[in-house]
Amino acid sequence: MIDWIVILQAGVASGTVLLFAAIGGIMTERSGVMNLGIEGMMLIGAMTAYKTAVVLGQPWLGLLLAMLAAGALSLLHAVVSIHLQADQVVSGLAINFVGIGLSMVLGEGLSKAGAVSLLPSITLPLVSDIPILGPILFTNHNPMTYVGYVLTPAAWFYINRTRPGLHLRAVGEHPAAADALGINVYRLRYRYVFVGGLLAGLAGGTISLAVSPGWFSELTTSGQGWIAVGLVIFAQWNPWRAAAGAYMFGALRRLILDLQGPQTLLWFANPFYYMPKLGFFLQMLPYALVILILFIGSREALKKRMGAPAALGVPYIRGERGL
Amino acid sequence: MSADQPAARGWRLPFSISFEQRMTTPKWLPALTSIGSLIVAFMIGGGVIAIAGGNPFATYAHLVKAAFGDIGVFNDTLVKASPLMLVGLACALAFRMKLWNIGAEGQFFLGAWGASAVVLAPLLPRDTPGIIIIPAMMLAGFACGALWGFIPGLLKAKFNVNEIITTLMMNYIAVSWVLFWVFGEWSESGFQMSPMFPRNTWLPRLTDYAAQIPQLAGLTLHLGILFGVIGSVVVWFIISRSRWGYEIRLIGDNKQAARYAGVNIVRNTVFMMMVSGGIAGLAGMAEISGVVHRLQGAISSNYGFTGIIIAWLAKLNPFAVILVSVLFGGLIQAGREIQPSGVPRMLQGIILFCVIASDVLLRYRIQITRR
Amino acid sequence: MPDITQPPDSTATSHFAVEMRGIVKRFPGVLANDHTDFTLKRGEVHALLGENGAGKSTLMNILAGLYKPDAGAILVNGQPVHFNSPRDAIAAGLGMVHQHFMLVPTQTVTENIILGLSEPRFFLPMAELDRRILALQEQYGLKVDPKAKIWQLSVGEQQRVEILKMLYRGAKVLIMDEPTAVLTPQEVEELFVTLRAMVARGHSIIFISHKLDEVLAISNRITVLRQGRVTAAGIPAQGTTKTQLAQLMVGREVVFTIDKQPCRPGEVVLAVEDVCAENDRGLPALRHFSIRVRAGEIVGIAGVAGNGQSELAQVITGLRRCSCGRVMIAGEDVANQAPHAAIQRRVAYIPEDRHGVGSSPGLSLADNLIMKNHREPPISNGWVLNLPMIRRQANQLKDQYNIMAPSVDVQARLLSGGNLQKAILAREMSAGPRLIIAVQPTRGLDVGAIEAVHHALLKERDRGTAILLISEELEEIMALSDRIVGIYEGQHMGELKAEEATLTKIGLMMAGTPQGDVAGRVNNVGELTG
Repeated sequence: MIDWIVILQAGVASGTVLLFAAIGGIMTERSGVMNLGIEGMMLIGAMTAYKTAVVLGQPWLGLLLAMLAAGALSLLHAVVSIHLQADQVVSGLAINFVGIGLSMVLGEGLSKAGAVSLLPSITLPLVSDIPILGPILFTNHNPMTYVGYVLTPAAWFYINRTRPGLHLRAVGEHPAAADALGINVYRLRYRYVFVGGLLAGLAGGTISLAVSPGWFSELTTSGQGWIAVGLVIFAQWNPWRAAAGAYMFGALRRLILDLQGPQTLLWFANPFYYMPKLGFFLQMLPYALVILILFIGSREALKKRMGAPAALGVPYIRGERGL
Repeated sequence: MSADQPAARGWRLPFSISFEQRMTTPKWLPALTSIGSLIVAFMIGGGVIAIAGGNPFATYAHLVKAAFGDIGVFNDTLVKASPLMLVGLACALAFRMKLWNIGAEGQFFLGAWGASAVVLAPLLPRDTPGIIIIPAMMLAGFACGALWGFIPGLLKAKFNVNEIITTLMMNYIAVSWVLFWVFGEWSESGFQMSPMFPRNTWLPRLTDYAAQIPQLAGLTLHLGILFGVIGSVVVWFIISRSRWGYEIRLIGDNKQAARYAGVNIVRNTVFMMMVSGGIAGLAGMAEISGVVHRLQGAISSNYGFTGIIIAWLAKLNPFAVILVSVLFGGLIQAGREIQPSGVPRMLQGIILFCVIASDVLLRYRIQITRR
Repeated sequence: MPDITQPPDSTATSHFAVEMRGIVKRFPGVLANDHTDFTLKRGEVHALLGENGAGKSTLMNILAGLYKPDAGAILVNGQPVHFNSPRDAIAAGLGMVHQHFMLVPTQTVTENIILGLSEPRFFLPMAELDRRILALQEQYGLKVDPKAKIWQLSVGEQQRVEILKMLYRGAKVLIMDEPTAVLTPQEVEELFVTLRAMVARGHSIIFISHKLDEVLAISNRITVLRQGRVTAAGIPAQGTTKTQLAQLMVGREVVFTIDKQPCRPGEVVLAVEDVCAENDRGLPALRHFSIRVRAGEIVGIAGVAGNGQSELAQVITGLRRCSCGRVMIAGEDVANQAPHAAIQRRVAYIPEDRHGVGSSPGLSLADNLIMKNHREPPISNGWVLNLPMIRRQANQLKDQYNIMAPSVDVQARLLSGGNLQKAILAREMSAGPRLIIAVQPTRGLDVGAIEAVHHALLKERDRGTAILLISEELEEIMALSDRIVGIYEGQHMGELKAEEATLTKIGLMMAGTPQGDVAGRVNNVGELTG
C-alpha cells in the first residue's frame, strides 16, 4: 500500500527546494526584473555545494558557497538586464545555458565521488509527537526544511509590512514614482536579483546535499527550476501561494515514484506495476500539471484583473525625455 | 543610464562614459557586434577552461581541427548544422513576433516521433517508394511539431498563459512521450530503440552516389541541409516581403498598434506557434530520416535550445542563421571529443550573453572622454 | 517690470522662496530654456504660463531636481543650491505634483505618502501612520481614505494624495504641473480652496498652466514663457487681461474662433445606441450612452478625462467590447466585431496614445503609413507586399503632410511628437474616410501643428466626412464642433448647438448637470434617477 505519511513527509522535503527557488523568484520579480535563470542558478548551486562537501567535507560551507556562486551568476543577469537594458527573457535563458554548461565543466567527475558528508537529519522534540503532523512536518528532516517553514511568513512580512518591502514593491510597480522620491531603482533591482540568486543557489545546494544527494549534471534538478518559474506566476507573486504550490509539487514527485511500487491500487490491479512503460506518463505529470495550474491561474487573474508587477520585464531608463 | 548619475561621493573615474542614443544604426554594425561578441565569448570561455585546469589554446585548436580540419569532419559539422538551421529558423520566426517559443526541443522530438509513426505504426506500407513515403514523413513531422506548438499557442492567445513556461514544460512531456514509444510500443526486442528504418525511408545522402562520384564515399551529408537552406529563403521572404511578415513585425514591435491596425492577434499567435513548431518538427524528421534512421531517446544534442542562441546571434536574420548554424554545428561536433564535456554548452551560454550585452552598442553610441 | 521694488541683492533674509537665474537647458535639437529667470515670493501663488513646448515643465523639472540645467543658478531662501536628484529638492522644501501622477496604483494612500522616507526604519506601524496622515488631512482639508488603494481613487483624490505626499515631507514650495487638466470645474474650485488654505499657512505655490482663466483666477503674479524665453516676468495678475496674456503667450494676436463654412449635415454615418462598456479595471465606463454623427458635421464630446470618452472611441473602433447596445456604422452593426470591421467601413481613428497605439515605434515611417491599408491593392495583393509602391506612397504622404524626417526608412520612434501625429493624420486621412474618430488630436503639439490639425479636420468635414472629436481642450471643442455633447461618468449630459454653447454650460455638463437638448439622452433618464 501507499504510505501517505511517507509521501507527504518526502513532499515537504523536496517541496522546500521549490519553495526556496520560487520565493527567490518572487523577490526578484517583485522588483521588476524577470527571473528565468532559476534552473541554471540552481545547478550552479547544487554543483558548488556538492563539490565543497566532496573536496572539503564541509556541507554547511558548501551551502554558503552554493548561494554565493548562484548569486554571482545572477549578478551577470543583473548587469545585462538592468544596466544594458537587454531583453530579460533572453538574458534569463542565457543564465540557464551558462549555469548548465559551467556546472557541467566544473562538476566533471563529481558523480563518481565516494562517501560524502551531507546535511544532518533532525527531529524536533515535542512537536514531532503531534499525531500525523508530527511525522510529516517535524521528523527526520534536513535543517533546510525547517528554514523553509520560517521563510514563507518572513518573506510575506518583509514584502508587505516593512519599509524595504514597500520600496521593493514600488520599484516593481512604478519605478519612475520611486525614483522621483529618491529611491535608487537600479540599486534595489541589483539587490533583489542577487537575493533571487542566493535563494536559487540554496535550493540547488539543498538538493545535492540533502533531498536527493549527489551530482548527476542536468538531471540533478531535472527542470525543478522551471517548475519554480511557473510557480511564481501561479502564486501571483505571493509567498503563501508559492508555498502551497511548492509543497504540492514536492509531494507529487514522491507520489509518482511510489505509485509504481504496489501491486494493487485502491483494490484494483496497479497498471503502473504491471506495465512499467506507463511510468513515462507519470513522469509527464508534474510538467503537465504546471501547464494546468498556469491555465487555471490565468483565468483567475483575468477575472480578478490581477497581474504581474506592472514594470516586470521593462528596463528602467531614467531619461530626460525632452519636451 | 547610470553614467549620467553623479559620481560616487569622493571617488571618480579618471574618464567619463556617456551613452548617447543612436538615431540610425549602420548596416554593418550588427554583424560586427556579433563577430566581436563571439571573440569575447571565446576569450571568456578560454579563461574558464584555464581555471578548470585545461589548456584553452589546445582546446580551441582541437575544436577547430575537429570541426573544420578536413572534408570528413566538415561533413560531420554540416550534418550537425542541418537540424540547427531549421530549429534556428523556427526560433527566429517566432521571436520576430516576440513570441518566446522555447519549445523547439520538444517540437523536434514530436516531429521525429511523427515521422517514425509513418514508418513504424505503420501508416504507410513499409515498401512504399521513397518519393512518396519521405514527403509523407515530412508532412507528419511538420504536423506533429505544429501540434506541439498549437497547444501553447492557443493557451497564450486565448488565455494569456505564459508561453515560455508552457513550451518548456511541453519539452519534458515530449521527451517522456517519445521514451514511452521507444521503450514500449516500438522497442526492438527490449532495447531502448526502435528497429532500423528500411532504406526507402532514408533521406538521400552524398555517400549514396559514391558509385557515380567516388569522392563522395563516406560523406553522410543528407538532403536535410537543403531543407534549411530553402527554409531560410522562405523565412526571409515571409518576413520582409509578405503581408504576413508585415503583420509579424507589427505584432512583435507593438501589439497594441497591431490590434489598432486590425491585425488578428489571436489567429496570428496560434498560427505562428504552429509554423514555428512545424519547422522544428521538420528538423526532427530530417534528423531521424537523414542520420539516425531509427527512433531512440538520444536524437538531439540539445538542438532545440541551441536554436535559440543561433537565432539571437544571427540577429533573427534568416541568412545569418545558416552561417551561425554551421559554426554551432562545428562546436557540437567537436565538443563530443572535448573534455570536460560541458565546454560546448558553457561556450554557447557565454556567447549568448556576450551577444545580448553587445546589443547595447546597437542602441547607444558610447563615448569615453578623459576628465 | 512691476516688481523692481525689492533690493536686487537680498542676502540670507531674501523674501524670495525661490530664485532661478539664467537657466539654460538643451535637449537634442531643442533649446528648451534660453537664459530663463524665475522668482517666487514667499506666500504667493505664481502662475507659469505658456504653450505646450514653451519650456515650463522643463524649467520646473529642473527646480524639482529631475533635470540638471546646462547653465544658470538656483537659490532657495537666498542660498544657492545644486540638486542632483528629486530627493535633494524635497530636502530643500520643494515638492512637485506632476501632471501624470507619480503614484503606485497597487499601494495604499498611506504607503504612497511614506514611500522613500527614511522613517520608519524597518517595521511599518500602519495604524499609527494612518492616524498621522488623517491628522495632516485635517489641517489642510484634503480628505481621502488612507487605507484605500490608489487605483480605487478618483483622479481628484489621487491629486490630493500627491499634495499630501509633498506636505508630509514638509515641502514649503509646491510646484503644480497642469493640475486642473484632469479635474472637473467643481474639483478645480475645491483645489483652489486648498491652495489658498496652503498659502495662508505660509506655503508658496507655482502653478503651471496654459489656461488663461484659471491663471487669472488663482495667481498673484504671472510669468509667461514663449519658446524657452521669458516674455513677462512676474507681472501682477490683477489688472492683466486674458487678451494680453494670450498675446504674451503666442506672440501675436490670437483669434479664439476659427473661420468655418456653415455645416451641411448629410445622412447619419455613426449611430451609437445605448452602449455600456467597462474600463480596464472592470468598472463601468459607459452607461447607456447614445450619440449620432452625420456626414459633414463635427460632433464634439466634452468631458473631463476618464469619464468614458476613451472607451467610447475604443468601442466604436472595435478595440473594446461593449456589454449592451449597438454601434451602427453606415447602417451596419459593428459592435463587438474585430477592429478590422471598422477599418473596412472606412473609419479613421486618431487615438489619444500616439506612441503606444497609433504607431509602431520600431518600424519605419513607411511601414507605419501602411498600417491600415496593407491588406489591399496597391500596397499588397493580399499575400505579397508591393515594396516600390509602399515607398512611393510614403514619400508622397511625407511631402503632402510635411512630415519632417530624413527619409521614410527612419524608425517612427525617432520622430518628434508633432511629426508623428502628422504621420498618423496622413495615414488616416489619405484613406478617404467616411468617419473620423479623433481623440485628443492636438495634445502636446505646438501652435503651428495644432492649426494644421484643425485645418485638416475642417477640410474633411467640408468634404462630407462625419467626425467625432473627443478632446479635453474646451476651446478646441468649441471652435471646431457643430454640435457638442457632454459626457460625465459615461452618461450623456445633453447636447448643445455650436451657437448656443457657452463655457459655463459645457462646464456644467462636464460636472454632471444635464444641459440643452436632452432628447439625445432619453435612454439615460432612468439610469440618472436610479
